[in-house]
Amino acid sequence: MTETPLLEVEDLHVSFSTDDGVVKAVDGASYSVAAGKTLGIVGESGSGKSVSSLTALGLTKGRNTTISGRMLFAGRDLLALDSSEIRQVRGNDLAMIFQDPLSALHPFYTIGNQLIEAVRAHQDVSKAAARARALDLLELVGIPDPAARLDRYPHEFSGGMRQRVMIAMALLNEPKLLIADEPTTALDVTVQAQILTLLQDLQDRLGMAIVIITHDLGVVAEMADDIAVMYAGRIVERAPGRELFAHPQHPYTWGLLKSIPRLDNPRGEDLTPIPGRPPSLINRPSGCHFHPRCPYVRDEHRRVDPRMQSVGGDTPHEVACLLPAQTRSAVWQALSRGDSVQQAQRVARDSARAASNTSESASAAADEQQEVQP
Amino acid sequence: MSASSEVILEARDLTKHFPITAGVLFRHQIGAVKAVDGIDLDLRRGETLGIVGESGCGKSTTARLLMRLLEPTSGQILFEGNDISRIKGDPLKQLRRDVQIVFQDPYSSLNPRRRVGTIIAEPLVIHGIAGDAAERKRKVQELMDRVGLNPEHYNRYPHEFSGGQRQRIGVARAIALDPQVLIADEPVSALDVSIQAQVLNLLRELQRDLGLTLVLIAHDLSVVRHMCDRVAVMYLGKIAELASADELYSMPRHPYTGALLSAVPVPEPPEDRRRPRHLLTGDVPSPANPPPACRFHTRCPKVQPLCIEQEPPLEKKSDGIGGLVACHFPLTPEEVAERLPPALARRGG
Repeated sequence: MTETPLLEVEDLHVSFSTDDGVVKAVDGASYSVAAGKTLGIVGESGSGKSVSSLTALGLTKGRNTTISGRMLFAGRDLLALDSSEIRQVRGNDLAMIFQDPLSALHPFYTIGNQLIEAVRAHQDVSKAAARARALDLLELVGIPDPAARLDRYPHEFSGGMRQRVMIAMALLNEPKLLIADEPTTALDVTVQAQILTLLQDLQDRLGMAIVIITHDLGVVAEMADDIAVMYAGRIVERAPGRELFAHPQHPYTWGLLKSIPRLDNPRGEDLTPIPGRPPSLINRPSGCHFHPRCPYVRDEHRRVDPRMQSVGGDTPHEVACLLPAQTRSAVWQALSRGDSVQQAQRVARDSARAASNTSESASAAADEQQEVQP
Repeated sequence: MSASSEVILEARDLTKHFPITAGVLFRHQIGAVKAVDGIDLDLRRGETLGIVGESGCGKSTTARLLMRLLEPTSGQILFEGNDISRIKGDPLKQLRRDVQIVFQDPYSSLNPRRRVGTIIAEPLVIHGIAGDAAERKRKVQELMDRVGLNPEHYNRYPHEFSGGQRQRIGVARAIALDPQVLIADEPVSALDVSIQAQVLNLLRELQRDLGLTLVLIAHDLSVVRHMCDRVAVMYLGKIAELASADELYSMPRHPYTGALLSAVPVPEPPEDRRRPRHLLTGDVPSPANPPPACRFHTRCPKVQPLCIEQEPPLEKKSDGIGGLVACHFPLTPEEVAERLPPALARRGG
């Protein structure tokens, strides 16, 4: 990407101190979003995908939180802003929609009230003008009979309609960046399709950038230009959407892709689950954080902490994995033609043996990586 | 899966209406939520039957009726030919040995104050199987091993287990009595993506090894396709379509099924990012006041005057394509081709 990104996150660390120890929710994440584009952040619960975007909005600040790194939004570092400055940005240039619209809307106020408040927080306009703006937005997001709906309470709306109201509220001040945190997880599949189409449609019309956070690979595939895969507080793989699905590089990404039943796979095959479970963010595994669950783990992976490295080639594709590139491509070839993990492990071993015969590249690749501090 | 043609569990014109009441001193009924409103369904021994639909379509109520956690408002449920729709006491207790359920939420379906061993042993105690403590412990540990839990964790509490492991505890409890039918109500929707496959594989493995008949309730069409031999699609308390999984996913006949399939996001970026979709407009109407005649007519892209006047029966269409469908104007092969996600269309099912 040659254009300057709208949001650029560099080496973000967010940790919370709790009674049980320090929870490193985000542990060195870097990503960027270009104006008008969509970034998808994929990960499971506890991967830090939500915390990183809440931090952008200044919503994780607190006595027990330690934040470091930089989050440049249109040239300003969001982390350096004080609370009154961040209020100017939040809801204005930078807006967010949440997973559960029922708990994100105030139950005691009408939709109109809440929308008008959001307009007047950032623009010095009359109530009537704010109301007109709210009406326009409800119409824009496809709420039928918006004038009557404006005086209704959140409980009078269905789940899909509430999420439309949330989107309207986020768009009131024409944000440059919209963060959507699991926007469709609470919705039925037909309503989910409506909301995703609406978001794409609004992006085309208003030209905003979107960060969509989800655990659903199907949703990111349809929405995102670029995809970042998060695991245990870190981004482990980042690539343009088509590239990521065509040539995934990280064993965790393979695991995600092979563990979900897909409409386009043959029926009746056993799924390949990722063994084990996501690690505790207090006591992380040493070395590569994924090594306890990785079928292709080697000894040095328990000690060496992989950094994001370019895969090479024309597309900007980065991965944090210690396996040599030729092993990774051989393993993915095996997996994508339907081989079992055991067969793929054999492929990985053969490939490693072949590599160590020609050169000592396997260990050399590992040596380039930094050693973990004891 | 060797599904025989023998019917093990059968629903005949089954309804369940939940009353809506008003008034404080003089409570009176002002309406009813028609959660299940006249369904006919047969479950064949050894098969996996999927029930899909959106929230509020009555799929969970159907599951609870089939195993008699709820009493039907009208209609009949037959288990191995015997009417179980109104049984109480001992016959009902006997039914619990044959039909068991795994619930959606592995957090609220396990008592947090009981040890795992006690939770799994409870069905054995209730039914007076596995007499003394030692025998019971052996049996429980066998079950834990069977579902992939470490038998040494017998004395732990539910909070010491992850979501996926808790769901395994729920499965162990459900198979403790060697049931013939296992009903799984959204067994994986509360679990992380990487864990879902573990539980789905476990259910398939148990079905193969124990010869279980499985009813899988889910909203995820990909999960249902992966697991099931036959699929019932429900909409507002009725069955819209009932077909083999192969038929349903390659040749859906009901416009609602077509819309569901068209809406599923497929983890493969489309050539053209904005693929045209056949989106449904609006939301599911309230089951307290469902639309007359065909219930789908308010959202149906193919609606005709007949659909508003006359309710379509669930039947095999005269053109012989697909399974049973409740629609006056089912989808044609051309319309199906437009609706299926490209990846699915390419496979041809």
